[in-house]
Amino acid sequence: MIYRRMFGLPDWQLRDRFHELEQMRRQMDRLFGALTDGSTKKTGSGVFPAINLTESMDNYYLRAELSGVKAEDLDIQTTGKNISISGERKIFDVESNAKYHRRERDAGKFSRIVGLPDYVDSDAVEASLINGILTVVIPKKENAKPRQISIK
Amino acid sequence: MSDSKSKEIKLRDKQEVAGSAEQTRAGVFFTPDVDIFETEKALTLLADIPGVVPENLNIDLRENTLTISGEVVQIEGADEKDVMIEYETGKYFRQFSLSEVIDQSKIDAKLNDGVLRLTLPKIEKATPRKITVKTG
Repeated sequence: MIYRRMFGLPDWQLRDRFHELEQMRRQMDRLFGALTDGSTKKTGSGVFPAINLTESMDNYYLRAELSGVKAEDLDIQTTGKNISISGERKIFDVESNAKYHRRERDAGKFSRIVGLPDYVDSDAVEASLINGILTVVIPKKENAKPRQISIK
Repeated sequence: MSDSKSKEIKLRDKQEVAGSAEQTRAGVFFTPDVDIFETEKALTLLADIPGVVPENLNIDLRENTLTISGEVVQIEGADEKDVMIEYETGKYFRQFSLSEVIDQSKIDAKLNDGVLRLTLPKIEKATPRKITVKTG
């Protein structure tokens, strides 16, 4: 509505009434989005796949949901403080005479790089892909581990 | 197919299930992404449910309503602290009403790499009978 007033679109009367409703809905979504964003601790980079990074005393754990991705289609590399995850998700099950009711699952390539807080011991990194979840275990270097300092 | 190969996957937020009776149970429910296609013989459903093991997956077909629900096992260790969290885990829940008559005895479900493949064969249509009209 603000948009229309600002730019004075001449054909507003001809526009579909639903367009205005749709615009209102989007504005409401934005409002609610702004209200709820502060309460969640979820962050996002806008890049597929979404990654959860956690740490214990000895390791970093990097996890991503990659259902339907085969291990051989996945490429993980470490350089310095960065770990890159790239690959391709293929959807095979396309039968020639099949008619689709729904098609929500995406196929395609992805590549992402994640910066870790510390340098990575590249040789000791281990990755596993179980039930569509990728887990990369990244051991911390000795000097990055927390050290108990005893007071004499 | 060549089109989808060059395409990059876009990140989409997991969809939380909105207003359902299931919400009375604790935890977050997500709607899994699905592909549903049908051929002359069967209806096939593919659903992305990463993190669900077969023991925690429930598939139920009752009065033409297909219900898929699954629970994700927490894989984080107790001593792990969050550094960066971009996705949440929870339960998956989705219902479909089927218009076709499904042969319940031949339903087949497979779970591989976090993808559920559900094959629902249609009941074979009764062969048309020819009725002869007698005169007399």
